[in-house]
Amino acid sequence: MSALFSLAWQSLLNRRGSVILTIVAVALSVALFLGVEKARSGAREGFDNTISGTELIVGAPTGSVNLLLYSVFRMGNATAEVTWPTYQKIAAREDVAWTVPIALGDSHRGFRVMGTTQGYFDHYKFGGGQSLAFAEGRPFDDLFDAVIGADVARELGYTPETPLVLSHGLGSAELGAGHENRPFRVAGILKPTGTPVDRTVHVSLEAITAIHVGWETGAKNPLSDSISEDMIRSFDLTPRTVTAIFVGLKSRGSLLRTQRDINTNRGEPLMAIIPGQALAELWNVTAVAERALLAVSAFVIAVGLVSILTSILTSLNERRREMSILRATGARPHHVFLLLVFEAGLVGFLGAALGIVLVHALIGVLAPMLQSQYGVSFGVRLPGLVDLAVLGAVTTASLLIGAIPALTAMRRSLADGLSVRL
Amino acid sequence: MSEKIIEVHGLGFAWKQGLQVLDIPEFSVDAGERVFLRGPSGSGKSTLLGLIAGVLAPQTGTIRVLGEDMARLSAARRDRLRADHVGVIFQMFNLVPYLSVTGNVLLPLRFSSARRKAAGSDADGEARRLLARLGLEDEQLLKRRVSDLSVGQQQRVAAARALIGAPKLIIADEPTSALDADARDRFIALLSEEVTRSGASLLFVSHDRSLAPLFTRAVDLAAINRVGVSA
Repeated sequence: MSALFSLAWQSLLNRRGSVILTIVAVALSVALFLGVEKARSGAREGFDNTISGTELIVGAPTGSVNLLLYSVFRMGNATAEVTWPTYQKIAAREDVAWTVPIALGDSHRGFRVMGTTQGYFDHYKFGGGQSLAFAEGRPFDDLFDAVIGADVARELGYTPETPLVLSHGLGSAELGAGHENRPFRVAGILKPTGTPVDRTVHVSLEAITAIHVGWETGAKNPLSDSISEDMIRSFDLTPRTVTAIFVGLKSRGSLLRTQRDINTNRGEPLMAIIPGQALAELWNVTAVAERALLAVSAFVIAVGLVSILTSILTSLNERRREMSILRATGARPHHVFLLLVFEAGLVGFLGAALGIVLVHALIGVLAPMLQSQYGVSFGVRLPGLVDLAVLGAVTTASLLIGAIPALTAMRRSLADGLSVRL
Repeated sequence: MSEKIIEVHGLGFAWKQGLQVLDIPEFSVDAGERVFLRGPSGSGKSTLLGLIAGVLAPQTGTIRVLGEDMARLSAARRDRLRADHVGVIFQMFNLVPYLSVTGNVLLPLRFSSARRKAAGSDADGEARRLLARLGLEDEQLLKRRVSDLSVGQQQRVAAARALIGAPKLIIADEPTSALDADARDRFIALLSEEVTRSGASLLFVSHDRSLAPLFTRAVDLAAINRVGVSA
């Protein structure tokens, strides 16, 4: 066995030019497949790790995926809000342990602004139970304090005490949609979490109300500049609406009952979702596209495997002589068979291994860019089970495919005997 | 020393129905003999060698190699007999292109534990000794790709490969037809010497009648095969 293995190895070395091309073809196909797979699982894991510890998310009726996307992932916008009295009703429920209301809609230089309460820093958990932690500074305390995520601080170069101006909606302050009459300052910077929190500017709910004084019509009232900060501080800044509410329950056992209760709320229509369930729904939607992508890249691997077959089949004619020499020196037909099967298997194995190295190197280089541009986190991962499975599958498939030329060569060598002429 | 290495009785072989190529009533090679078998191409030489080497199975009659009745052995057992006890030298292109010179010489040891044992624990050294006795001792030469060797050198590497692990029978099928007269005579002399030293028998096939005196016995295939050359 090992004798044949080393023969196969030396035979490949001898034809290394064409063999390397075949290996590269297999490697690229494997890298494509694994790249798709890792982007997919990276995206899933990133999403799955974004929220934990929150049992329900409550908002105005919409699609559950939509509610999840805008409340947790800052994707898209809410079409309707929840009124403050309704929020208070939910917060006062017997089975509710804590609530964190959030108000979205403003932005700061491309980063979403979220109004919330102090409770957010205590109750929001990510990555399977980790709490938010401060790299610098402290939670907001004053009305015009802001707490920024790690990416916001890094990309804008902010440090505690840096002043910042929010914009109304997603527009930019320069286009006249600014809240420049109400400047904030950075009170704290959060440690990186790998979640949308990193790209969020957090302020108090009251601050959201405060900056919108004079915006009651939806556009800025020119007179609002004449209202001084001190006057605003004296106003009742209780918000009239919130965008969504994160809810923690006293006991997980009441989860479904509470959800049904809120969904069938008399008065203001509401929607309560379980984050994990909504995520599963989201994956159901994307699964079709994912499967299609994986199928396409699996076919590319098949093409890579066929290139192994082609390269061995085309070499058979010129190796006919070699096979009869091997037979004459004592190789039995199954040795001839195994030699070619091993060659195919080796090429497949090397190709798959190279593909795995390639994809991990690429992830290593591109991960920071993908993380900041698309929020897809790959983490720094060593080759895992998926890579091993692909390595095994490609090697096995190559061995099987190698049986085709191997059978041909074996049959020929039996017919040729010792009498092959060139 | 009258032990028979090859023993043929009433051997017949046809590639196709009615296309008889061999009909040999009697032929044998004794242990230690160096037999010259003369026959032009198309006379059934290759078929006879295939039968002796065990890659073909006899159809009628008996052929015994090292006392084994080839007709009664399975293809696998015939293969093993060849691997363990028979060395083969072809006309040309004898070497596996991707193996080194010594790699080629050591090739039979990969397929036969018997020959591995016979070659001793230092197989590499044994290969070098054989090559040196056949006039290939230059270290530089041994490092070259086998395709860069001259035909004469290639044939000597093939001879070393046939001899390693002390097989009892060496079959040479026109090994000198691509060599010039000088190289041919030197090759046969060296081969004969090594065959004698190892105590093996040699069956040397060629169309070249002039080589006959270099062997202990010469046989004309046409004389032992009742099927005419025209067949």
